[in-house]
Amino acid sequence: MTMLPAPAPVINSTTAEFWKATKEGRFILQRCDACNIVLWFPRRNCPKCWTEDVSTFDAEQTGTVYSFTVVRKGKGVFQDAGPFVIAYVELADGPRIMTNIVDCDIDSLHIGMPVEMVFHDTGEGSALYRFRPASR
Amino acid sequence: MTIRGAAYVAGIYEHPRRDIPDRTLFEIHTEVALGALADAGLAMSDVDAVFCDGTAGFGPMSLVEHFGLSPSYFDSTETGGSSYLAHVGHAAAAIAAGKCSVALITLAGKPRTGRSVVAYAQSPEAGFESGWGVSGAPHTYALAAQRHMYEFGTTSAQLAEIKVAASIHAQYNPNAFLPYAVTVEDVLNSPLVADPLHRLDCCVVTDGGGALVVVSPEVARSLNRTSAKILGHGEAIKHTSNGGIDLTYTGAVWSGPRAFAEAGVSVADIKYASIYDSFTITVLQTIEDLGFCEKGQGGKFVMDGGLVSPFGKLPFNTDGGGLCNNHPSNRGGITKVIEAVRQMRGEAHPSVQVPNCQISLAHGTGGSLGSKHGSVTLILGQEDA
Repeated sequence: MTMLPAPAPVINSTTAEFWKATKEGRFILQRCDACNIVLWFPRRNCPKCWTEDVSTFDAEQTGTVYSFTVVRKGKGVFQDAGPFVIAYVELADGPRIMTNIVDCDIDSLHIGMPVEMVFHDTGEGSALYRFRPASR
Repeated sequence: MTIRGAAYVAGIYEHPRRDIPDRTLFEIHTEVALGALADAGLAMSDVDAVFCDGTAGFGPMSLVEHFGLSPSYFDSTETGGSSYLAHVGHAAAAIAAGKCSVALITLAGKPRTGRSVVAYAQSPEAGFESGWGVSGAPHTYALAAQRHMYEFGTTSAQLAEIKVAASIHAQYNPNAFLPYAVTVEDVLNSPLVADPLHRLDCCVVTDGGGALVVVSPEVARSLNRTSAKILGHGEAIKHTSNGGIDLTYTGAVWSGPRAFAEAGVSVADIKYASIYDSFTITVLQTIEDLGFCEKGQGGKFVMDGGLVSPFGKLPFNTDGGGLCNNHPSNRGGITKVIEAVRQMRGEAHPSVQVPNCQISLAHGTGGSLGSKHGSVTLILGQEDA
């Protein structure tokens, strides 16, 4: 599998801190200080109790594949990427997040596979969080 | 208050064409509006409520201006392909509340010969769902299919049975985009688009549109045309639930019971079902979630012609559905209602007409099973239901 393109994400005032951390190889999650749930994706208000009392923490950069698909032909900047994998990964901290699986033999990919996070720099002050098979 | 019996679908129209390079989007809206009004025996001047999705210009304002109307009620609920089923429910509620008596619902789009409209770059989730090379609906629906297979043992051959059933029906529809029968092998041998979905697991892409006219009981009684009585409506939005998405079920688990309760009927009463079929997996999950079979048993349910009209367990999508007939503007909701009304009137093709079709169901799924979607269930009955 060739290196996937890393298009810069849409960033706004709520998500700027998150994307800045990815540039430093950190994946931060929010936790609601009032009801103690982990939030995904970044928000100003907790979606359970709507308080603004949310704080951030450095998340574990591991998880397991919850579901995946092999896109046989992409479009736009992914047009020449060859077959690539879109997946939901269930993070060790709980949330299931959409992402890509990279550096992986497609035929060995399976639901439940342990994966670890890698960062692909977008060149615009952010990095995309992707996953590869866990090294151990 | 419920909407049971408070309104009727009196007029339907499905655009007969599947490529429309020579008409604008708004010209197609007019064409289908006039078609549905003529079917009902009504005129544009009778319309006092207008319903449209979010792609018809600046909300309903552009469309109302284009039609030359001054409606007392309007609604541009946008839940992708299920919008038009929501519009039927909302129109019935508005009629029951005395806000209007003749509601016009139109859909038009030109994804083949024009531009398809997708505008959600400003949504809060956009940066977290758009950077991964997702460039089409198959990519995220495939995630739902893969997980369903993992949890319940559903197979690609079972999904293919859904396409096969739709294609058997499409043979009788001369306007269908794919008017011929296919086999399970044809589906499995078609190229993979996004594993496990093959090209033939996907709906067709067509220009076109359709329209519905929903009227009060008084108006329905004044018309010569047979109407379908609206018995129940339920709607729900299922989303990613703060990182807690479960890809094995749809919002039909909520919209279905709401509609059945309002209608006062059960799954055993449903003689025909229009089930939203953007992909084969959409149908499979929906029939489970509406209660036609146990969760995880959809694969077994659709085998051996389970969906084939008129003798299957649940005759579905007798026009060929989005999988074979028509998916105008990448949105299959309005054609779901149209074919259900044809069944209620006894006007489906004789080869696929369900005998004595007293009660039917139409279900829409707009958005994506892989992230967020709007689910809407309607239950319709014959005039005396």
